[in-house]
Amino acid sequence: MSTYRAPLADMQFVLNELAGLSQVATLPGFEEASPDTVSAILEEASKFATDVLDPLNVPGDREGSKWLEGGRVKTPAGFKEAYEQFCANGWNGLTKSPHYGGQGLPQLVSTPVEEMWHSANLAFDLCPLLTQGAIEAIELRGAQALKDTYLPKMVAGTWTGTMNLTEPQAGSDLAAVRTRAVPQGDGTYKLSGQKIFITFGEHDYTENIIHLVLGRTPDAPEGVKGISLFVVPKFLVNADGSLGARNDVRCVSLEHKLGIHASPTCVLAYGDNGGATGYLVGEENRGLEYMFIMMNLARFSVGLEGVGIAERAYQRAVAYARERVQGRAVGLEKSVKTNTIIEHPDIRRMLMTMRAYTEATRAVAYVTAAALDNARVNPDAAARAMAQAFADFMIPIVKGWSTEVGQEVASLGIQVHGGMGFIEETGAAQHLRDARITTIYEGTTGIQANDLIGRKTARDAGAVARTIASEIDKVAAKLAARSDPGLQAIGVQLAAATADVQAAVEWMVPAYGQHPRQAHAGAVAYLKLWGLAVGGWQMGRAALVAADQLAAGEGDAGFLHAKIATARFYADSLLPQVSALSHSIVHGGESALALAADAF
Amino acid sequence: MKILVPIKRVVDYNVKVRVKPDGSGVDTANVKMSMNPFDEIAVEEAVRLREKGLATEIVAVSCGVAGCQETLRTALALGADRAILVETDVELQPLAVAKLLKAVVSDEKPDLVILGKQAIDDDANQTGQMLAALLDWPQATFASKVDLAGGNATVKREVDGGLETVEVKLPAIVTTDLRLNEPRYATLPNIMKAKKKSLVTTTPAALAVDVTPRLVTLKVVEPAKRKGGGRVADVKELVAKLRNEAKIIA
Repeated sequence: MSTYRAPLADMQFVLNELAGLSQVATLPGFEEASPDTVSAILEEASKFATDVLDPLNVPGDREGSKWLEGGRVKTPAGFKEAYEQFCANGWNGLTKSPHYGGQGLPQLVSTPVEEMWHSANLAFDLCPLLTQGAIEAIELRGAQALKDTYLPKMVAGTWTGTMNLTEPQAGSDLAAVRTRAVPQGDGTYKLSGQKIFITFGEHDYTENIIHLVLGRTPDAPEGVKGISLFVVPKFLVNADGSLGARNDVRCVSLEHKLGIHASPTCVLAYGDNGGATGYLVGEENRGLEYMFIMMNLARFSVGLEGVGIAERAYQRAVAYARERVQGRAVGLEKSVKTNTIIEHPDIRRMLMTMRAYTEATRAVAYVTAAALDNARVNPDAAARAMAQAFADFMIPIVKGWSTEVGQEVASLGIQVHGGMGFIEETGAAQHLRDARITTIYEGTTGIQANDLIGRKTARDAGAVARTIASEIDKVAAKLAARSDPGLQAIGVQLAAATADVQAAVEWMVPAYGQHPRQAHAGAVAYLKLWGLAVGGWQMGRAALVAADQLAAGEGDAGFLHAKIATARFYADSLLPQVSALSHSIVHGGESALALAADAF
Repeated sequence: MKILVPIKRVVDYNVKVRVKPDGSGVDTANVKMSMNPFDEIAVEEAVRLREKGLATEIVAVSCGVAGCQETLRTALALGADRAILVETDVELQPLAVAKLLKAVVSDEKPDLVILGKQAIDDDANQTGQMLAALLDWPQATFASKVDLAGGNATVKREVDGGLETVEVKLPAIVTTDLRLNEPRYATLPNIMKAKKKSLVTTTPAALAVDVTPRLVTLKVVEPAKRKGGGRVADVKELVAKLRNEAKIIA
């Protein structure tokens, strides 16, 4: 059995040494985020993750959420109590505005905390995550009355929130949304239609659920420019804040899924009895635009799910590899008595791969979180713009790459277990099943990759891409200039990867306009290439800091040596994939499209 | 009514401790430190008494290195109102801690002192008793239930063979056992508030207490490693081994 323990040492190292927590703590409004307070927050969050959420993860997966007659939904045993405790302890409001009862902490502080929730119990955290998205939509564009009615309760977690985008015919393409919203002349609308894939669209946690729903008004233009955003509460809210009539929205069924079984994925029917009362957020026909404001953070959070799953799968695999006795490892001294599988070189390779990917994706995500904070509140306009450009570039990478990596790591976790990993009892399989959705929801890897080559690379003719590549090159040069041969070796690999990245960028910028089909065929390879490169960049920075701390006699020597070894492994065994991906981007598009559709 | 809660910073219970190579003690460099779990129970009990309206102020106190501030902040986040650190780098033994606490008690004049029955690092189980003796206050140790009424504390104690109920007159010393309560999690708002609560630092010299160690640690060693097991052919052989080799049956 493996118990989740938050990797506090690595989290603190990344926060302080790579993501610049002390800089973020100087930003206006974030003065409370001092290292000692952040450390106390992480400490307490880790207890909650280990003691409350982790023990519910396996039983929640087995029991799953259940649909009951009348459209009610029963979440697995213990989830409601855990949710109540989660809210009572104030975790729901970590980044939320103090005006509505939150703590107003930076995204950078929320990031390791969220990672812990994802690791300990991904299905559980989806409810707070969706509530967060709904809160943002109302806070950013809602009228004051909407904010005052809904936000205090949603920040406290007394009411939860959902995001209703998808319909059977409108998945990745939201232009096809058909849900109707008819104005009633009194400022309200009547909504009717069907929404699918609504996470925690119905549950037994709270007295009310606040749905954020995309729909069309009768005279709305076709396509994405005719979509509006509405607040539709499960129970209408009276003027005094008490609950009124039941609204015309029902959960008609739950989906049967591959993973995240504890999270109820609902089909919601609106307006079966004349129309569900809804309130417009912002202006008509601008709903999709509002959705995209939140999308950055939602995608970031899903990317972090990849990191969380990877960490959990790694911990479980290490625990098993330390215990499982099998065979005799080659090449060990006779005096070594242990026959645990962790001594086998191939098991080591797998565990190092899992560890290196996890640490790299974590560092990339936390560095991006710091940029999101700077983009929001840095008092210097130029610094704000630079941070925004960096964050915009990184979001599809964090989302797309970390979740692809999360799956690979979860799959390796099963491999470490051998046949026992294929058996549900060990818990290794659940991580892969749970991880499988992360490359799909909030925009598939393909959608992220299209965003990266189009809006993020081609639109500015590769300007931001080149700036980031040159930053990576600087770290490579620093590493190469060190006297330590290990650091030099990392530098050499990082420099080679940067050259491959630059070649891919120089190909992609013109190809996007001239050969759009080839460019898009190489988009996912381009996203992975960037992921590996920025991962190598952060691991390289980590190795430099670790070497300096060791030289100065600071820090935990064991941790720092491991950091350097992991960075070296990453550089020698994972980073070289960049070269192959670069080739595939430049040369692979034509053959990917060579066959006619009817040849498949 | 004021409650004083002494707390100790110890190696976290999840950490696998390592003995220093020279056998002089346990290696605490870069090791995770936390509040002694029995003291967490003491803080929780004090907070519950305040929530019941039986106490008005909770003062947490810790004696030791500057790092104890972190542990005191944890106590503040759990509900203590303010904190005192008696800072020293000297390795403190129970008698020295009891003397320091006595000095703090004469300043603060609490009606009740609640502390863990022992610390999980040295397992001494002495500080509470010594403090009671130095103050000449009644003591109720190993508490699994505490009731306050009419200037008295009624305490259920966990003793060999069952529970014993004693009544002591306040002011008194109570030491906590595991089953007294289950400590709460610190809430995020309270962690944030803890930073703004008062934490005063003093020193043994300022309290006029000599904390020079009285006991000398000769050697610290790890427990003997488990030797490999073996198979026995039958019960007879097992019994013979238990009698002749292990010498655990006569």
